[in-house]
Amino acid sequence: MADSSAAPQGCSFLINEVGSESIFCPEKFSEEQQMFGASAREFMEREVHPHIEALEHQDFDKMVEILRKSADMGLLMMDVPEQYGGLGVDKTTSMIVTENLSTYAGFSVSFGAHTGIGSQPLLFFGTPEQKEKWLPKLATGELIAAYALTEPGSGSDALAAKTTAVLDDDGEHYILNGSKMWITNAGFADLFTVFCQVDGTKFSAFMVEASREGVSTGAEEKKMGLKGSSTRMLILDDVKVPKDNLLGEVGKGHKIAFNILNIGRFKLGVGVLGGGKRTMKIAVDYAQERKQFGQPIGDFGAIRAKIGEMATQLYALESMCYRVAGYMDQNLDTLDDTADDYVDQMMEAIEEFAVEDSIMKVFGSEVFQMVIDEAVQIHGGYGFSAEYEVERIYRDTRINRIFEGTNEINRMLIPGTILKRTMKGQLNLFELIQKVEAALGEGVAVTPPGQDEGLDFDKFLTEQAKKLTVYVANQAIQKHMADLREQQEILLMMADLMINVYLMDSTVSRTQQVVAIKGESGVDHYKAASRLAVAGAYNKVRTLAEDLLAHLANGDKLTKHLNNLDKLAPRARVDTVTLRREVAQVVVDRGRYPF
Amino acid sequence: MKILTTVKRVTDPDMKVKIKPDGTGIVTDGVEYKMNSFDEYGVEEAIVLKQNHGGEVVVVSVGPSASTKEIRTALAMGADRGILVETDAELDSDAVARVLAEVVKKEQPDIIVMGKQAVDSDRNQAGQMLAAYLGYPQATFAYSLEVADGWATVGREVDGGTSTKRIKLPGIVTADLRLNEPRYASLPGIMKAKRKPLETMTPDDLGVDVTSKVRVIKYEAPEERQAGRIVETVDELIEVLRNEAKAI
Ligand SMILES: Cc1cc2nc3c(=O)[nH]c(=O)nc-3n(C[C@H](O)[C@H](O)[C@H](O)COP(=O)(O)OP(=O)(O)OC[C@H]3O[C@@H](n4cnc5c(N)ncnc54)[C@H](O)[C@@H]3O)c2cc1C
Repeated sequence: MADSSAAPQGCSFLINEVGSESIFCPEKFSEEQQMFGASAREFMEREVHPHIEALEHQDFDKMVEILRKSADMGLLMMDVPEQYGGLGVDKTTSMIVTENLSTYAGFSVSFGAHTGIGSQPLLFFGTPEQKEKWLPKLATGELIAAYALTEPGSGSDALAAKTTAVLDDDGEHYILNGSKMWITNAGFADLFTVFCQVDGTKFSAFMVEASREGVSTGAEEKKMGLKGSSTRMLILDDVKVPKDNLLGEVGKGHKIAFNILNIGRFKLGVGVLGGGKRTMKIAVDYAQERKQFGQPIGDFGAIRAKIGEMATQLYALESMCYRVAGYMDQNLDTLDDTADDYVDQMMEAIEEFAVEDSIMKVFGSEVFQMVIDEAVQIHGGYGFSAEYEVERIYRDTRINRIFEGTNEINRMLIPGTILKRTMKGQLNLFELIQKVEAALGEGVAVTPPGQDEGLDFDKFLTEQAKKLTVYVANQAIQKHMADLREQQEILLMMADLMINVYLMDSTVSRTQQVVAIKGESGVDHYKAASRLAVAGAYNKVRTLAEDLLAHLANGDKLTKHLNNLDKLAPRARVDTVTLRREVAQVVVDRGRYPF
Repeated sequence: MKILTTVKRVTDPDMKVKIKPDGTGIVTDGVEYKMNSFDEYGVEEAIVLKQNHGGEVVVVSVGPSASTKEIRTALAMGADRGILVETDAELDSDAVARVLAEVVKKEQPDIIVMGKQAVDSDRNQAGQMLAAYLGYPQATFAYSLEVADGWATVGREVDGGTSTKRIKLPGIVTADLRLNEPRYASLPGIMKAKRKPLETMTPDDLGVDVTSKVRVIKYEAPEERQAGRIVETVDELIEVLRNEAKAI
């Protein structure tokens, strides 16, 4: 990457020195980006929240009406490039809007299925004629889109789809047969991107209008949550589709499916951030109102600890998300959008951060799960009652760990991709491994710097966590070599090591930016949250590393490894009680997410 | 028709405000700002007037440089051009009115639509003072507004009901809550706003001394309200009002 304006390579957080770059973060949002966020928030408050009751009772006409209203505001054409009549906003803006639209999952999932997975295959892989035909109508909401990949027999293993497409005798049409499972928006969608096998083995995508003969949908699925969103089976029974409806090339459907999923993942990461912030506010408001033992429960340390933890983890997630948004914009800005291979280059620019996307998806969905779980707990018995919003959010949140690639599949992708890039020489993991081994050879033990005001201590923990992670990864590679791919438990632990390292690196780097932008006054709670998140992640890294080493080695070898572990990552404890209190105090004072 | 409308950057009214321990002001750390909500009604009405009568909407703010955000928001809603009179001074309503009077003299609008008051200081004075400085007629607390033949017919919220007033233009109308439903900026609107002109000047440029005539001695939080009580019967209510509250 010679271009100085290009972003650092994907995954380089693992090997670059912490704090060596000035990452993008919410403190750098432009006035215009903030206005986009405010408008999205306003839209939700005025047009969506008042109708949640009807939407939860599956009034899908209302949902379609709201989607069309969002078109009037320009929301449906946000990601559509200007040459197709859209706004072509940058990725950061798109993420800010997504975050602010994610305060009611029933809507945000319907919206995302239409604008994201529904419209983007056409947008990125359609011919000019195909785009002309459908895009303008998708941008106004006249047509609603859906994405049909999953089947009853193939979920995570999406490429094993059984739906068939056979060229008709006339040579002009394909005949589609099969059924698609769990299709969001199916109840009212007009246009489906359907994945199927041409000639039995060539995975391909077709644009299929709902109005075609032989297209039907099953009954609404009776779901645990997300009831505002329509989910049905899509049934294709001898559906005759013109050749012109083939999207991209025959046999290249996987390219469409995987690229669209990459985009979906970072949108999910930022969506759960929006949901998490709102949930935290609901919990904090309730904690201030509810009195027990003569005082608001929000004054009890037990409740404060929950509030402090929620805000801290959301701060970390936010730092992780907008860092990637910044990278993507940096790289997309260097591309020539009139070039023939623009779409390929764009997909490459996005694919570059596939690991970070998976991390955001996994970590974000799990943070939101923690936040809503504690929000219900803060509500006590009332949290278990459908009269309170947290009860619905609790049910709605669970799906985030399942769709857009389950968290298991995404976790496995993290070390999988990092190892693949290392083997291809794209990522220089071995240089750091050698450095770590050399330092261990010299036998110098490191000691943490003092836990004073600055970020030195936090940076130290982050650096040592990186070293420990690559040290352990190296042991896993040495022991299992190519067979490592089959060692899922190891891969999952490696993923968690990497997730925690990315969390630490992003959080410290953001806090460094915050201090640079705001100065030293009024940033104490940023520093407190940062230290709390980083120290927590550090201790997880240590434990994970120990567990993993205990599996990889035994006897004297294990003892040697554990000694090395102590040298690389000495025990470091911070006063989490005080830090959490400090963060919680600011949340309670301001009555909301305080960063 | 040339319509002038005003916006003030205020602390977000949905946020909890904390007063500094020494009472010299409010804590501004982490405070968020937005357009005064009554001004949103004013801007909306100005845009509606333009839609019905043609012309131009000029939006003016007096305040710190960050107020460009509130001006841009008005531009994104549909105003055409912005003016920021930039100052970091603590402004009282009188200073604001004198600054605005100079802007009006330069711009010569046909009508001035303002919010009835700012939700931060709640003073409800700037519009009235501006009318006095300019010698213009005024109609405050508007819930309806019609303009025809150089006159404005304004339905006003008054204590105990409504009243209708006709004023000759140019004149000043201040907006109340029922006047309209302010639109929020669309995404294309926000993108267009970036390219709309926004002129910056200072009170000095306008020859106005904004030194405050009002001296704030101390900020204090209102006493916390005690929880209410539910009484069982009307008789009990009367009894409590008479003997405990001594209200009747
Ligand atoms: C509300 C909702 C909306 C949806 N919307 C859409 C949509 O619009 N379009 C669409 O195409 N799909 C949609 N889906 C489908 C969704 O993407 C799938 O449910 C998801 O990919 C998981 O597939 P599955 O349900 O078949 O689970 P499975 O793949 O059967 O997985 C079951 C379990 O096994 C694990 N597992 C699977 N494979 C492996 C492996 N190789 N190694 C280790 N563990 C493994 C999984 O992690 C999981 O824990 C939706 C689903 C829901 C519930």
